Amino acid sequence: MLIKNNKTRAALIALLALGSVAAWPRVASADTVLRIGMTAADIPRTLGQPDQGFEGNRFTGLTMYDALTGWDLSSADKASVVIPGLATEWKVDDADKTKWTFKLRPGVTFHDGSPFNADAVVWNVEKVLKQDAPQFDASQVGVTASRMPTLASAKKIDDMTVELTTKEPDSFLPINLTNLFMASPAKWQHFYDKAEGADAKAKSQAAWTAFAKDAAGTGPWKMAGFTPRERLELVKNANYWNKDRVPKVDKMVLLPMPEANARTAALLSGQVDWVEAPAPDALPELKQRGFKLYANEQPHVWPWQFSRVEGSPWNDIRVRKAANLCVDREGLKDGLLAGLMVPASGTFEPGHPWRGKPTFEIKYDKAAAQKLMQEAGFGPSKKLEVKIQTSASGSGQMQPLPMNEYLQQALAECYFDVKLDVIEWNTLFTNWRRGAKDPSANGSNATNVTYAAMDPFFALVRFLQSSMAPPVSNNWGFINNPKFDELVKKARQTFDPAARDAALAELHAASVDDAAFLYVAHDVGPRAISPKVTGVVQPKSWFIDFSLVSMK
Amino acid sequence: MLAYIARRIAYVIPIVISVALVCFLLVHITPGDPLVAVLPADASQELAAQLRVAYGFDRPLPVQFGLWLLRALHGDLGNSIATGRPVLAEVMRAVSNTVTLAIAAAIIGFTMGILLGLIAGYFRETWIDKVATSFAIAGVSVPHYWLGMVLVIIFSVQLNWLPAVGAGPNGSNSWAWDWAHLKYLVLPAITTSVIPMGIVTRTVRALTGDILSQDFVEALRAKGLHETGVFRHVIKNAAPTALAVMGLQLGYMLGGSILIETVFSWPGSGFLLNSAIFQRDLPLLQGTILILALFFVFLNLLVDIAQAAIDPRIKRG
Repeated sequence: MLIKNNKTRAALIALLALGSVAAWPRVASADTVLRIGMTAADIPRTLGQPDQGFEGNRFTGLTMYDALTGWDLSSADKASVVIPGLATEWKVDDADKTKWTFKLRPGVTFHDGSPFNADAVVWNVEKVLKQDAPQFDASQVGVTASRMPTLASAKKIDDMTVELTTKEPDSFLPINLTNLFMASPAKWQHFYDKAEGADAKAKSQAAWTAFAKDAAGTGPWKMAGFTPRERLELVKNANYWNKDRVPKVDKMVLLPMPEANARTAALLSGQVDWVEAPAPDALPELKQRGFKLYANEQPHVWPWQFSRVEGSPWNDIRVRKAANLCVDREGLKDGLLAGLMVPASGTFEPGHPWRGKPTFEIKYDKAAAQKLMQEAGFGPSKKLEVKIQTSASGSGQMQPLPMNEYLQQALAECYFDVKLDVIEWNTLFTNWRRGAKDPSANGSNATNVTYAAMDPFFALVRFLQSSMAPPVSNNWGFINNPKFDELVKKARQTFDPAARDAALAELHAASVDDAAFLYVAHDVGPRAISPKVTGVVQPKSWFIDFSLVSMK
Repeated sequence: MLAYIARRIAYVIPIVISVALVCFLLVHITPGDPLVAVLPADASQELAAQLRVAYGFDRPLPVQFGLWLLRALHGDLGNSIATGRPVLAEVMRAVSNTVTLAIAAAIIGFTMGILLGLIAGYFRETWIDKVATSFAIAGVSVPHYWLGMVLVIIFSVQLNWLPAVGAGPNGSNSWAWDWAHLKYLVLPAITTSVIPMGIVTRTVRALTGDILSQDFVEALRAKGLHETGVFRHVIKNAAPTALAVMGLQLGYMLGGSILIETVFSWPGSGFLLNSAIFQRDLPLLQGTILILALFFVFLNLLVDIAQAAIDPRIKRG
């Protein structure tokens, strides 16, 4: 079509020009997208209680959801501590220490627009604890109930107040509750009503399957697209209740990449902007190309957990202390692990509120270690044979074989003859629960299973309390020390947070003084990030706040 | 021919049942707890017992197998323990990705293999043969995950031409045969194709050389048949054996390669198998192995039928 009329032509040109100008701001404010290569082989579950350990919580828990309590992830220098989340305050009942009152944060809505209130809290507690509740989901129970072992029930007091009950007095409850993520009951009910199924159980399962594909929490990120095993796309929740944590990036794409070299190549080729745990031997190249490397001490311990059953060589405290003094952890860090560890001098390091003041200093002192061994009756001509069960790989195990071989060589200088019993990771993990007396231990007198030290139960109680011996929990070596039992009870029943922390510090100091484990290393959660990404704060935590991140 | 097909299908039934039994038992007799994917080692005994009942792992093994087989025959392979998603949907999605990769790799590998094999066979003991044979030997000798990494370093990291990992661009939920998707396929397909390329080259070279040295070829030439006609006879005589080898290779490729799919984060059946093993997700592991084994069995069946159709001597045997 030829436009002959000059006025019309001029008007069209003006319109086009205006259109072009109008298009400029859109180009200038194009969506910022942060692409992350995870170590997971699949997207962690998206329905509120993620699988795949704390990597799951990091990516599909704390992003899309909130819990009643949360972690302070704002500092790289201080230990992460528990802070208010969807609850603004909480208090234990003075008369009955099994009852807690939680005041809820007003004005919070789920991503689907439904309100967050006491009914939602009760519904979310019952999804994992009340077997006859319509929303009960067995697949979410394992990853939830074990992280809050004493939580028994929830009751609505009023719209903005709930009462939680524990099986026994337990001051750790507010810390444990960081793991119970609040999913939208209204959204689930919508899927339940639409679901086809022969019975309520089948409908419930169908509703959870649908919810996982189109989830709604209250978190700073909203689900925008999901392709199982390929990617999860999240967009910022501009209406997030905590204005300081409204994401600065418009979109975040999570990509499962279980192979370290593949993750590193994806970063180097510009396919992603951020990778978790890059291949250690690629670190120099990554640095040289301008990528930023982040690492910080994690609440994580790489130990040998000693058997204390009758006849175990570790029953002699001189032998336990000697092993702890015979390992050059700095050498392990700077040599084998290219700096990617923090030497462990206990479960918690100085600066942590639960560290305490141990009198036994865990450090490298070969002469002192040899002296202790000689006092215990060993020497160059009479070595002490110990057998360690470990794995060739596994979540959190860092580099289990080379690290154990390093220990083998180091301890040989202190008259230990270390034999390694290497088994598959899941089998080792299963054997962990069976204990040192079980045939599955294969005669080993120590096991090498790493552990997360986020909360007091996981970090201390399950290993040190005598009643936590197999088959109850992870006191693999059957430690039976009345002092530990007494201190565990004291910590659990001290409800003032500062006094509770002091009691935990006392328990931790006692465990170090007793050389309860061979403490070797803490993982540092290494990640490599494009220089385009700014504002990254890597706290002393398994978690990280993606809301703070910007893209240049 | 119909009787032959019926006989071959009848052979498949006991094989399929045996495969189902073996893959069920293999997964159950390995040490470790089947609930490890959902049950941390620190979970209480009470909780462990509760979930064991919920997932049916408290029942005797023969009962578990019977129920599993019955459901499998109805197309229900249960739900993944780790993700809660239906196993069949998980496996079929992964298989479709692997099929895409296998088709691309087969096109590259078989075309290259047949070409190189024919050239080497026609020019035996010359430098051309040596070059082609070197390619074939390299194809079967080089560790393919290593080759994958080298290709990624060159074409993704250094040249930035092709993506290093993944199966499609962000925002895409399904496969499409356009460049935006195809560029994700190039490196894994080339890597996957090297072994079939090498094997097919060697097979076709040997067959071509053997056929060319036979008396009937001399006779054809003596009768004045044009070289194109002779070539047609060579192809026809080489086809059944070459087809069998290619069918087997296609079977291996459809089974997925754990290493290649992991190196490229290609969400196929090998990748799925890898995560099912690491998560110790029993229903997913059993379902994946079963479907892959069935693929293999039925592919062999198709190859046998195709061979019989091409070479009538086979069905007589």
